[in-house]
Amino acid sequence: MARVVVDVMPKPEILDPQGKAVLGALPRLGFSGVVDVRQGKRFELEIDGEVTEQVLADVHKMAETLLSNPVIENFSVHVEASA
Amino acid sequence: MRVGVVTFPGSLDDVDAQRAVRIGGNEAVPLWHGDHDLKGVDAVILPGGFSYGDYLRCGAISRFAPVMTEVVEAAGRGMPVLGICNGFQILCESHLLPGALIRNDHRKFVCRDQRLRIENNRTPWTAAYEPGSEITIVIKNGEGGFVADEPTLDRLEGEGRVVARYLDDNPNGSLRDIAGICNERGNVVGLMPHPEHAVEGLTGCGTDGLGFFTTLASEVFQ
Repeated sequence: MARVVVDVMPKPEILDPQGKAVLGALPRLGFSGVVDVRQGKRFELEIDGEVTEQVLADVHKMAETLLSNPVIENFSVHVEASA
Repeated sequence: MRVGVVTFPGSLDDVDAQRAVRIGGNEAVPLWHGDHDLKGVDAVILPGGFSYGDYLRCGAISRFAPVMTEVVEAAGRGMPVLGICNGFQILCESHLLPGALIRNDHRKFVCRDQRLRIENNRTPWTAAYEPGSEITIVIKNGEGGFVADEPTLDRLEGEGRVVARYLDDNPNGSLRDIAGICNERGNVVGLMPHPEHAVEGLTGCGTDGLGFFTTLASEVFQ
């Protein structure tokens, strides 16, 4: 088994109200020094077998068709070392 | 006209939409998300609600429901399709309409009567309205902020594809106060506010929404 991680983030030019809410909450909890927060999503895909080029190509396809909306989000894919 | 209304798991306004279709003088045909079948309808409405619990992104899972294969194909042939609220989100996720709908900029769910201007009455859903008509119907959403890149917004404006625009306060941060848009051909319309909740004097804020459902029954489209 191997794990492929897809990180999805709102594009920089897209407003991120959830990140803004978190940013607003931090000072109220006494945390200072954070000037911006962007909130995204992380998908951990457990892969049966080796992570081949084909598997990575498939994950990219999954990321652009379902896991992210390319109109408002960017994604990145990386393979995580097995535990 | 026979107007299909799709029910997804989590649809809320499918029954109201069916009722509005009937009050508008058409026959309402319930359609099921899991069927590859439009039952021979002449038009389709994707209703409001929280299909698939809004999991992943609003409309992202519904886009791949079996019935959507037929809806996308029929839309391509010119069948009138109206997506209201969650239905608008589904149309954007399906790439039948450009742009996307994101969380309201003020982060709160908004539910109120909203004034709109109908800017394009050349669609099968809005031909009952005079161009520039100002109407008041209900808006209720948490993720209704319409966004698209600047060239897309310019193209929508330039081609007259902004179907409705918010008047007074912008309820959700939609760019350029856009409340509804259509595709290039004009047969596919997405609208964030809810005309189906404004079709009868007894309930809601009036009958300003009725025009969306009477147009198909009018002579122009027979």
